[in-house]
Amino acid sequence: MSKALYELTIHEALEGMRRKEFSAVELTRSLLERIEQVEDQVKAYLTVTADLALEQAAAADTRRRAGEEAPLLGIPMGIKDVLCTAGVRTTCGSRILENFIPPYTATAVQRLLDAGMVLLGKTNTDEFAMGSSTENSAYFPTRNPWALDRVPGGSSGGSAAAVAAQEAMAALGTDTGGSVRLPASYCGVVGLKPSYGRVSRYGLVAYGSSLDQIGVLAKDVRDAALVLTVMAGHDPHDSTSMPAPTPDYRAALTGDVRGLRIGLPEEYFIVGVQPEVEAAVRRAIDALVDLGAEVRPVSLPNTDQALPVYYLVATAEASANLARFDGVRYGYSAGADSILENYRLSRGRGFGAEVKRRIMLGTYALSAGYYDAYYLKAQQVRTLIKQDFERAFEQVDVIASPVAPTTAFRLGEKTDDPLAMYLSDVFTITLNLAGMCGVSVPCGFDRQGLPIGLQIMGPHLGEEIVLRVAHAYEQATDWRRRQAPLSIEA
Amino acid sequence: MHLTIDDVRHVADLARLHLTDEEVRLYAQQLSAILDYAERLQEVDTSDVPPTPYVLPLQNVMAEDVPQPSLLNEVALANAPDKADGFFRVRAVFEE
Repeated sequence: MSKALYELTIHEALEGMRRKEFSAVELTRSLLERIEQVEDQVKAYLTVTADLALEQAAAADTRRRAGEEAPLLGIPMGIKDVLCTAGVRTTCGSRILENFIPPYTATAVQRLLDAGMVLLGKTNTDEFAMGSSTENSAYFPTRNPWALDRVPGGSSGGSAAAVAAQEAMAALGTDTGGSVRLPASYCGVVGLKPSYGRVSRYGLVAYGSSLDQIGVLAKDVRDAALVLTVMAGHDPHDSTSMPAPTPDYRAALTGDVRGLRIGLPEEYFIVGVQPEVEAAVRRAIDALVDLGAEVRPVSLPNTDQALPVYYLVATAEASANLARFDGVRYGYSAGADSILENYRLSRGRGFGAEVKRRIMLGTYALSAGYYDAYYLKAQQVRTLIKQDFERAFEQVDVIASPVAPTTAFRLGEKTDDPLAMYLSDVFTITLNLAGMCGVSVPCGFDRQGLPIGLQIMGPHLGEEIVLRVAHAYEQATDWRRRQAPLSIEA
Repeated sequence: MHLTIDDVRHVADLARLHLTDEEVRLYAQQLSAILDYAERLQEVDTSDVPPTPYVLPLQNVMAEDVPQPSLLNEVALANAPDKADGFFRVRAVFEE
């Protein structure tokens, strides 16, 4: 029996359209039907742009008939709802932006559109990307397609769940402390977090500006490499985007990891890691050794400090970034009698609990008398964490670890304990602090059938090497062929 | 480390956030727990360690001083809660 169109990878779909086996409109209809079938269970999307998607698909078919080839021509994708899309509501998962229609499109999204992408809709997210479970969305939680009583991870949980449930061929997410890699791990898909500066952040609603980076959720490593190739590169609208050449990342997928040095950081194999997670990750590393890679122990001794550093730096930056939501230029306004009271009420009512908590923490860390003890201290320890990685990458090509200490937890399990929730990010935030790149690739399932992710970390602008390792491992295993067991509603 | 109710009210004031009494009580407790956890940073010796505010080697990126297209007035105002005569409208900032 042949596959339904929504089941294809991007590369399979491009090949099928090239051979005229089906059109972009047929492919898009298949995805939209899939969304209708499973979205009530998964709740991955905040907005589905069905009419726009069919228009864009028809335009893609016209371009293809005219002989044009573009890297994503007619490929339907989802976009995390923190990325601005001109004319399409962009909420950031927040009530304060419930009716916000951006006047312009984020560069990363525009590059995908120019390459022929079809926009299926905007995916659910923790409010302003602040969270590890997507339960902080002001609208509704997204559910893990592998177990509907579990979280998909966050904050790009809508994007990861959409790909895992085959409601999108791929999706963009953002990763400030693990928000692409964690949901990729929990949902059993590939999640790529590029190096800081690799992808323009223009049109991304800012959370932690020294940490934020746009990434990809995809069905396999080749698809992720293709999407990165399209969206990476310098953008005059973002002065933090690197003026470095961008390769075709697919060329790095040679399948050859012979002689490659893989570092194993002892600090990431600790008490508290679910035994099945550790076992799956160790088996994955054995598989890479079988393919010819070498394993060396490395030490990242300041790993223990990463979580407090992150939650001081990210919240300090957030408290400044979110000052723009003042009820004057856009977003919810309380309509109070004085301007000061209007700021306070618009923000107090418009923001949800986690966003307010982080604004408070960041404001405190930056306030007079505490700046040196918290914010400055955190930035100094950040230097030590970055140096840990720089030293390790003098000895090894990549570093391998679990993505998260456990598989997906239950909805509601950690909502009352912010610190327990923050600990989900303990293995992913270090890379953001160091500005480096990493990928989550499926490496097995626990006894309850929940996906486990292997994290491959690389140095700054080392996307080619992490993608090569992830791809070699993926191709040597069959995990990507398993599909989330969703029932189809009649 | 412990944040008092008054500390929380002061920080909320700085952040221009209206909080309910319930939120003030909850944040006093939760932020204290998070700051207690962050105390471990004080154990790290950071004498002579420079801060990392930003990981890239890029500094002072300049744009050419040439006019670029920008948003039209009505487009820039399209999401405004209140506007008049091509401006954002707010309550008076200064007393008469």
